[in-house]
Amino acid sequence: MTTQATLPRPAKPAARLRDPAWYQEYGVYAAVAVVLLFNALFTEHFMTADNLRTQLVQVAPIVIVALGMALVIGTEGIDLSVGSTMALAAALLPLYLGYGLVPALLIALLAGAVVGAINGTLVSLVGLQPIVATLALFVGGRGLALVMADGRLKQIVNPDILALGTGSFLGIPTVVLIAGVLALAVAFLVQRTTFGRQIVAIGGNRSASALSGLPVKRVLIGVYILCGVMAALAGILATARLTASDPSSLGTLMELSAITAVVVGGTPLNGGSIRVLGTVAGALLMQLLRATLVKHDLPDSTAQIAQAAIIIAAVYVARERRSR
Amino acid sequence: MNKTTPATVPAAKAPAPLKSAPSRPEPRPERSTGSRIGELVQRQGVLAVLLTVILIASFVYPTFASLDNARGVTVQASFLAIVALGMTLVIITGGIDLSVGSVFALGGVLAAWASQWGFLAALLVPLVVCGAIGLVNGVLIARANMAPFIVTLASLLAARGMLLAFTDEGATTYLVPKDSAFAELGQGSVWGFGHPVLIALALFGAGGVLLQRTSFGQTLFAVGGSSDAATLMGLPVARTKILVYTLSGLLAGLAGALNAARLSSGVTIVGVGMELDAISAVVIGGTLLIGGAGSVSGTLWGVLLLAVIQNLINQIGSLNSSYQSVVSGGFLIVVVVAQRYLARSRRTT
Repeated sequence: MTTQATLPRPAKPAARLRDPAWYQEYGVYAAVAVVLLFNALFTEHFMTADNLRTQLVQVAPIVIVALGMALVIGTEGIDLSVGSTMALAAALLPLYLGYGLVPALLIALLAGAVVGAINGTLVSLVGLQPIVATLALFVGGRGLALVMADGRLKQIVNPDILALGTGSFLGIPTVVLIAGVLALAVAFLVQRTTFGRQIVAIGGNRSASALSGLPVKRVLIGVYILCGVMAALAGILATARLTASDPSSLGTLMELSAITAVVVGGTPLNGGSIRVLGTVAGALLMQLLRATLVKHDLPDSTAQIAQAAIIIAAVYVARERRSR
Repeated sequence: MNKTTPATVPAAKAPAPLKSAPSRPEPRPERSTGSRIGELVQRQGVLAVLLTVILIASFVYPTFASLDNARGVTVQASFLAIVALGMTLVIITGGIDLSVGSVFALGGVLAAWASQWGFLAALLVPLVVCGAIGLVNGVLIARANMAPFIVTLASLLAARGMLLAFTDEGATTYLVPKDSAFAELGQGSVWGFGHPVLIALALFGAGGVLLQRTSFGQTLFAVGGSSDAATLMGLPVARTKILVYTLSGLLAGLAGALNAARLSSGVTIVGVGMELDAISAVVIGGTLLIGGAGSVSGTLWGVLLLAVIQNLINQIGSLNSSYQSVVSGGFLIVVVVAQRYLARSRRTT
């Protein structure tokens, strides 16, 4: 008992660094710290408030999508449709802005909820595998967005929407603020609410959860709806920042970025555990890494290969721990 | 059925992990006509849908039924078909390969670059590099026990990165010499049907034989049905998985090379999202994503169905081309939901 209690906290830092469990727990934060330290020492104009603010603004939509994705992955699912959902929300926005800001926002968010409800129904009631269930809307959703937008890019001139994208509050960009508040809300949801515990329980063992009377189907549908709404919100914010609705390119490869952030943040792909703060750090790590390489005049290709290496390393570390 | 003499229990248990594999040496157990129809619909339902769509379209759009159009559609479809063939084998083992789109693009650029040294180099260079990427995928998945989804997601990024590095961030385009044997491989035709189509058909023939008639094929089904049971049966699970991801890499690279030969240049922007097209085709073709069951012929019909939908929407003309993905997505939902219910009713009978 006493030895077990003292084991996880070895006295020497060196011993701690040899423990794979340490990497899974704190690796992603350590990696963010290392990247920041490297930039403080070797990169000019990186650790300035301006640059850091830019990095945060750029990562905010990914964080929002990744938070929803983390919930889905927590149920041992996956949502490939998030990028298409972003495009769909972006396409709907200019169509309804004539009725005012609030109706337009609500309709865009509602579209996300509908996409999520379809995904959730296919996964829980029909019993499809999450990859297949969400693949259909990945394929169809963007097409629908393009059809609605007539395949065209539309300028957004509504000042309220633009304030959402480019405004700031107490010096913090609104987008970053929204992402931060959402991260706290999701962390609260996962750790302090019944719904959050049900998500994790279902991801850990679905049949056991069903046998112990959890409303498995309802929770699953709820999780996919949350993910869809968050993706739609990210689509709205990205559109507001770009000052144009571009359904053909908005959110492409977003599903992969979000999954990467979640996995690098230490959430296992086979469900049963959700690391919300880790997900934020995972998204931040990928963003900072890319920015660092760009500032050192290294091309995009290097950034992609470095990202691949980080993903493999993160999963390798996670694997080490599971086998113990 | 369940309450028979104890002697039959072990006999019933033993082939359980292989239930989805074609049990060639033994006659199939008796089934009701209903379940047999269910299985037939699940196996060849896509072919029926495909033929129906083609039949209706030929009446409505005379331009659709022309031989020229058929040649065009099949050549367009052949590249995705070759990629989807590899994907089918991977999915039958219960895995997934997200890297094929990037590998396809990388293979194309490498082939165009190497074509300056002749036909053989233009084929061998992309095959070696793409096969190596597949090999690394397989080793990480089979030996290091990492999730296929994540490993191949990483190699999707890595292969795209290599492609960008190799073309100076996409600024360099490598051209295939005109009138070279390699360009002929992509552009030539026999009876009007392009070489890529014939190559794809030959590969599908070989894939069908490999899957249904060889012990390697049976091992694929066994590994996909239950990896643990296959291990207990003494099957070379790790080696099979490594081989199947290598094959997927090789086929994606070959398809990329053929595409480059067809276009006479290595284009860097191709293949984005191709992995999901390939997975869609495989799923529409009736191969189960959980592994252990599937066929290459279904995949071929799945690819053709996607290609015909795209062509029809082009024929209609008044329809925005964005409808193509809406219709494809709709077909995907209908097919997988139907499959799900057929599979469920089959299990309960």
